[in-house]
Amino acid sequence: MAEYQEYLDFMYSVLEGHAKSGIVLSETTELVADIGLSSLEVMEFVEKIEDQFEISIPLNILPDVNTVGDFARKLRELDA
Amino acid sequence: MLFDKFKYMADFQAELGAQDVVPFGAVTEKILSATEAVVNGRKVILAGTNNYLGLSFDPRCIAAAQEAAEKWGTGTTGSRLANGTFIEHQMLESELAAFYGVNHAIIFTTGFAATMGMCASLVGPGEVLLLDADSHASIYAGAQLSGAEIIRFKHNDPDDLAKRLRRLGERASQTLIVVEGIYSMLGDTAPLQEIVAAKREYGGWLFVDEAHSMGVLGDHGRGAVEAAGIESEVDFIAGTFSKSLGATGGFCVSRHPELETIRYCIRSYIFTASSSPLIVASTRKALQILQSEPGLRRKLWDNANRLYSGLRALGLPVGPSLSPVVAVALKDRSRAINCWSALMEAGVYVNLVVPPASPSTNFLLRNSVSAAHSSAQIDDIIAAYAGLVDAGLIDARQDG
Repeated sequence: MAEYQEYLDFMYSVLEGHAKSGIVLSETTELVADIGLSSLEVMEFVEKIEDQFEISIPLNILPDVNTVGDFARKLRELDA
Repeated sequence: MLFDKFKYMADFQAELGAQDVVPFGAVTEKILSATEAVVNGRKVILAGTNNYLGLSFDPRCIAAAQEAAEKWGTGTTGSRLANGTFIEHQMLESELAAFYGVNHAIIFTTGFAATMGMCASLVGPGEVLLLDADSHASIYAGAQLSGAEIIRFKHNDPDDLAKRLRRLGERASQTLIVVEGIYSMLGDTAPLQEIVAAKREYGGWLFVDEAHSMGVLGDHGRGAVEAAGIESEVDFIAGTFSKSLGATGGFCVSRHPELETIRYCIRSYIFTASSSPLIVASTRKALQILQSEPGLRRKLWDNANRLYSGLRALGLPVGPSLSPVVAVALKDRSRAINCWSALMEAGVYVNLVVPPASPSTNFLLRNSVSAAHSSAQIDDIIAAYAGLVDAGLIDARQDG
């Protein structure tokens, strides 16, 4: 079980490769609107988190995820 | 604004229009045979129609459809649960069940309705759908409608599937694993023996969509499940009439008698008109031919081998394994569009597939082979691709 900050830190490390220069990643960074992830890239992002934390992430949570912070909170809820 | 979300598609269509290219919704103006037609004003070899056994123009299937139109009319005008169950529908269900060696079958008006409806109905809230990541859009659509928890496992990766089943613990017993026999875009086959081994170890129910493998794989043409020798361990097999059987429609068969009850709970079965009697009649005839003429399958594989080997010899980035679906993967969109246009000009129609319909960020020139193709037609298709290489439209070292 990982902590909220651990999820955030890992997501930042993955997203750094995607983010346009000038974007400072934070909890309020939006995955699609700010970083511009395509639907396929969102799925790849999900897989990386699953592999890192040894979890399965239900796709059902994704419609409620806009920001990096949203995602980390959802992952904590899955752990709970 | 309601339409803003379609802007990306409008832009793409405008880009295609500016180049006078119509790959999506290309218009077939005249069908000359199962393998030739006039498309977008040009006579072409059809190399992207999923008509694996070439039965769409079989005279016996056509005669069966004509006879059915005389006898039953053009449509049922009603649901299977109302006035739309003709004895022909029940006979096709019995014949499909017998073909698969089980006792229960449901037919649907389209293949999409079959897989979507089954996935939406077999599981519900509190239960789990475990999908191969490259599953067809109809499976994802059904998953969303089901209300079940949706988890993807890595494409054709039984270890990843096993890991996720293990994580589910006791919930694995309420989990439907969904895979396809042959995957439609790259033509690769599911490792079903390993998938069944994972199911055996951790539990779960297995649903296999044989849309692109029925009539193609297995000694009797039943599909990937038959070829893998795991028929007794699969819970549900779905498929379509719109590929090897040359018509439209879909089905699900099962050894579980509960399928007969589930029938009354599938929205895409209940709230739509049943298949036209013409379709049912031609499908019944095609199913007989599929069983009585194994030579069609041999011809299909000879043709597949000829095309796959030919394109590989040109150095083209084809899919991972030999199959009647032979896809050439390209990284660049405009290059893929140019290749598609050049193939049309050379007299070959293939499918242009763009993400997210393709399973990665690649663009695909997707060919599907038919038993009805002559060897000369296959050679013409290969020659058209050789033309792309000669013209510098594909660089085997850089693309794919």
